[in-house]
Amino acid sequence: MSNEAVLQTSVEGAVAHGVHHEDEHHEHHHHDTFISKYVFSMDHKMIAKQFLITGMVWAVLGGLMSVLFRLQLGYPDSHFTFLEDILGKFWVQDGKITPQAYYALVTTHGTVLVFFVLTAGLSGTFANFLIPLQVGARDMASPFMNMLSYWFFFLASVIMLSSIFVETGPFSGGWTAYPPLSALRGASPGSGTGMDLWIIAMALFVVSSLLGGLNYIATILNMRTKGMSMTRLPLTIWALFFTAVLGVLSFPVLLSGFILLIFDRNFGTSFYLSDIFVQGSGANTGILPNEGGNAILFQHLFWFLGHPEVYIILLPAMGMVSEILSVNSRKPIFGYMAMVGSLFAIAILAFLVWAHHMFVTGLNPFLGSIFVLLTLLIAVPSAIKVFNWLTTLWRGNIRFTPAMMFAIGFVSLFISGGLTGIWLGNSALDIHLHDTYFVIAHFHIVMGVASMFGMFAGIYHWYPKMYGRYLNNTLGYMHFWITMIGAYLIFWPMHYEGLAGMPRRYYDYSIWESFKQFGGLNQFISTVALIVFATQILFLFNFFYSIWKGRKVTSKNPYNSNTLEWTTPINPGHGNWVGEIPEVHRWAYDYAKDGKEFVPQNVPIDPNESHHH
Amino acid sequence: MSTFFTIAVIVLVFLIIFQIAKASEYVAVLKGEEKSRKENNKVNGFFMITFLIIGLIGVYWCNELFFGKTLLAHDSASVQGEKVDSMLKLTVIITGIVFVLTQVALFWFAYRFQEKENAKPFFFPHNNTMEIIWTVIPAIALTFLVVIGLRNWFSFTSEAPANAIQVEVTGQQFGWIFRYAGKDKTFGKKYYKYIDGTNSLGLLWKDSAGLNLKDDPAAHDDIVTTQTMYAVKGRPCKLIIGSKDVIHDVGLSAFRLKMDAVPGTPTTLWFTPKYTTKEMKEIMGNPDYDYEISCDQMCGNGHFGMRGVIKVVSQPEYDVWLAGLSSAYSAAFPAPSTTTPAVAADSTKKMAAVIAKAVKGALAKQ
Repeated sequence: MSNEAVLQTSVEGAVAHGVHHEDEHHEHHHHDTFISKYVFSMDHKMIAKQFLITGMVWAVLGGLMSVLFRLQLGYPDSHFTFLEDILGKFWVQDGKITPQAYYALVTTHGTVLVFFVLTAGLSGTFANFLIPLQVGARDMASPFMNMLSYWFFFLASVIMLSSIFVETGPFSGGWTAYPPLSALRGASPGSGTGMDLWIIAMALFVVSSLLGGLNYIATILNMRTKGMSMTRLPLTIWALFFTAVLGVLSFPVLLSGFILLIFDRNFGTSFYLSDIFVQGSGANTGILPNEGGNAILFQHLFWFLGHPEVYIILLPAMGMVSEILSVNSRKPIFGYMAMVGSLFAIAILAFLVWAHHMFVTGLNPFLGSIFVLLTLLIAVPSAIKVFNWLTTLWRGNIRFTPAMMFAIGFVSLFISGGLTGIWLGNSALDIHLHDTYFVIAHFHIVMGVASMFGMFAGIYHWYPKMYGRYLNNTLGYMHFWITMIGAYLIFWPMHYEGLAGMPRRYYDYSIWESFKQFGGLNQFISTVALIVFATQILFLFNFFYSIWKGRKVTSKNPYNSNTLEWTTPINPGHGNWVGEIPEVHRWAYDYAKDGKEFVPQNVPIDPNESHHH
Repeated sequence: MSTFFTIAVIVLVFLIIFQIAKASEYVAVLKGEEKSRKENNKVNGFFMITFLIIGLIGVYWCNELFFGKTLLAHDSASVQGEKVDSMLKLTVIITGIVFVLTQVALFWFAYRFQEKENAKPFFFPHNNTMEIIWTVIPAIALTFLVVIGLRNWFSFTSEAPANAIQVEVTGQQFGWIFRYAGKDKTFGKKYYKYIDGTNSLGLLWKDSAGLNLKDDPAAHDDIVTTQTMYAVKGRPCKLIIGSKDVIHDVGLSAFRLKMDAVPGTPTTLWFTPKYTTKEMKEIMGNPDYDYEISCDQMCGNGHFGMRGVIKVVSQPEYDVWLAGLSSAYSAAFPAPSTTTPAVAADSTKKMAAVIAKAVKGALAKQ
């Protein structure tokens, strides 16, 4: 008793001491220049904001691209002449988006959203922001590597952006970049300079991702504060940990695939090429000399990252949602160990299911059957997570903050999109539904929109910690409801298009007897997409306006939350805590325990406290 | 002018929304932040349950609207497709039940357990029995689906029956080439370096010292057509699939099957058509209906126009059709005495016209 009392006093003393000297602490850093504070910053919080804002820029561009190609799909017979003035002849001719521009938009939309927004923008932001704050560290294991990680991402972004402006257009062979289409300049104009830039940007992106990932792992394993055992970590950190492990183990395989592709493109090798005759004139046309390669090899290398990538996108969202659901239900997360276990199971299985993207490539049927089994197995940990989230809400006292709304929305979308995964993972159904709109509906709901919801939840929840101000709640609620309803209106009917066999990546369906019956629906979807996109502009406005003009945060722990980030000053400086880092005595989810609304992690165990596990 | 007007209206709407949002924040401060937060909570709790109810009605309504436009509204056109359809139905039922139960629980809990004065949240960190139940039940349901799925999968991917018609399908940017074995019932050898203007598949029609390859007599009677292939009702049809340039995919939505066309690596697929094209026109109630081959793998800027047609006919009709064709070799090098077979050349022109229409001249490689 006395021991703990002494500890408690010393922790409180340290905190009080810190608050007292906060001004002095800030003065201590007054030699920070603009460049070292905002540009080449080594503070994990600033790097997180850099990732976030770059990600937001890409989200707007990627979203705008989807609006443009949805215009073509929804209104194939209309002529938008004003677009010609804005975008130029290459993109729009006679008021219609050209097929090449359409495919370039589809490809860039996919690449940008998957990698630049939902990988860098999501885990880059929240791993950077939350890991040191929630494990109780002053910064990342290597702040310098962390800074490099952002700047490699920035460089990748600049190169990807520049590919949009080259004469032959950006890469237009789909975000999966399957060779031979991506390997042969003669096969498509976009496979020329546009592809060169695409692949360089992606290689730099992999470097960025690896630098970040290694840092996240090192920080979580080595820099936890005193008392923060692994089983006391908030679920956000567990999720970000597995995300980083997935990235570190799978991105190098993607890079190796890209390097072989670069060799095939530029140095005459035949890793992916065999028996090819391309019609046309110019480079890489006619009878090509390459023999003995296998185009499917690339798909194995690509999906060995590509599938874990889905979880790289999804796990951080799952982690944040777990945390936000618990805090706002005022109740512990249900089944903490099961949540960690299912994250672990998902991380392992993520490496063993890649070929379910390849059921119709002529894969050996026996191999296919193994992948069916492993793929459907992944539904079990996913189901556990859903049931645990539901039980977390059950008998809670729920506060509908905008973050909580997005977290609930995430669970709803994850259920809807996850269940269709059971359809597609079964090869006998995939042989029918593969590459149709059913797939588009599935992965946009479960991975795209759901993770976006996780990201929004994270932004709304931790915005006060990022900027010391609140986002406007009314705009937040509007943002949530329009996006939630819009997401279902856009993607739910697409399942029916898929069940008609309607293929994805078609510029125009009017010549197809089998698919042209959905013209009205396509128009409806495009209109909703436009509205949902406009709503995101509202969010952006809210975001930037509130940085300077939002309602100020007045208490250190506005949500009465248990995790360590809420023990830092309202505007933490570089180093996060003033004075000593708090010591941790319990897990992060002691809400509603023994009649107390919440007990932060740094509060020592009371000997009279009930014991739960 | 109307464009500017539209933009002005949109900007105005944004400004109004933003002003309302700002005002609501001031009102919140005046009323007391705690009080207005609780009011917001009630409103959003109500929206949650409303969303659930309207959402479920919407799911039903969407099904009413669009089910008739899917393939499930009609009988499958292939024997294999029946299995796909029955499996789809079973999967809809299982996932549908889970969908409704979990979504109802989610939004009902959100509504029911919204913040209330004096409500005591229940400290409930874990319960092993519950967790074992919801690990085991999904595992059993999934095992069930896996078993059915794999049984179908192995039957779809099994060897085609011996009486199957064999057709070689080759994809190219942006169309399909079909080859039949001809009278000797053997596909002649081919090698891609033999491809030229008259020999679209590179059949071994002559010796080549440079490539060290010999003329293959079996290749001389092979029949080559483009755009349209024929199959026989009730008789298995085996496709041997390849590609000349990039990866394509033979998408047979009416038959519920598809398979990639990969350059350098042949793949196969077989199915048994149940209805002739004529019967299918009646079933679909569409006189223009045809079994379409859609390219389902992104293959370049003309991907969306890569349409092939399968005519399913009766065996006698098929025999007549086949007898009317002459080999690709004789079409390329017509003997002076024989009449010129026009089928292949004619369908090439048709395909070119279709592609040109689809691509609308916008495909010029710059």
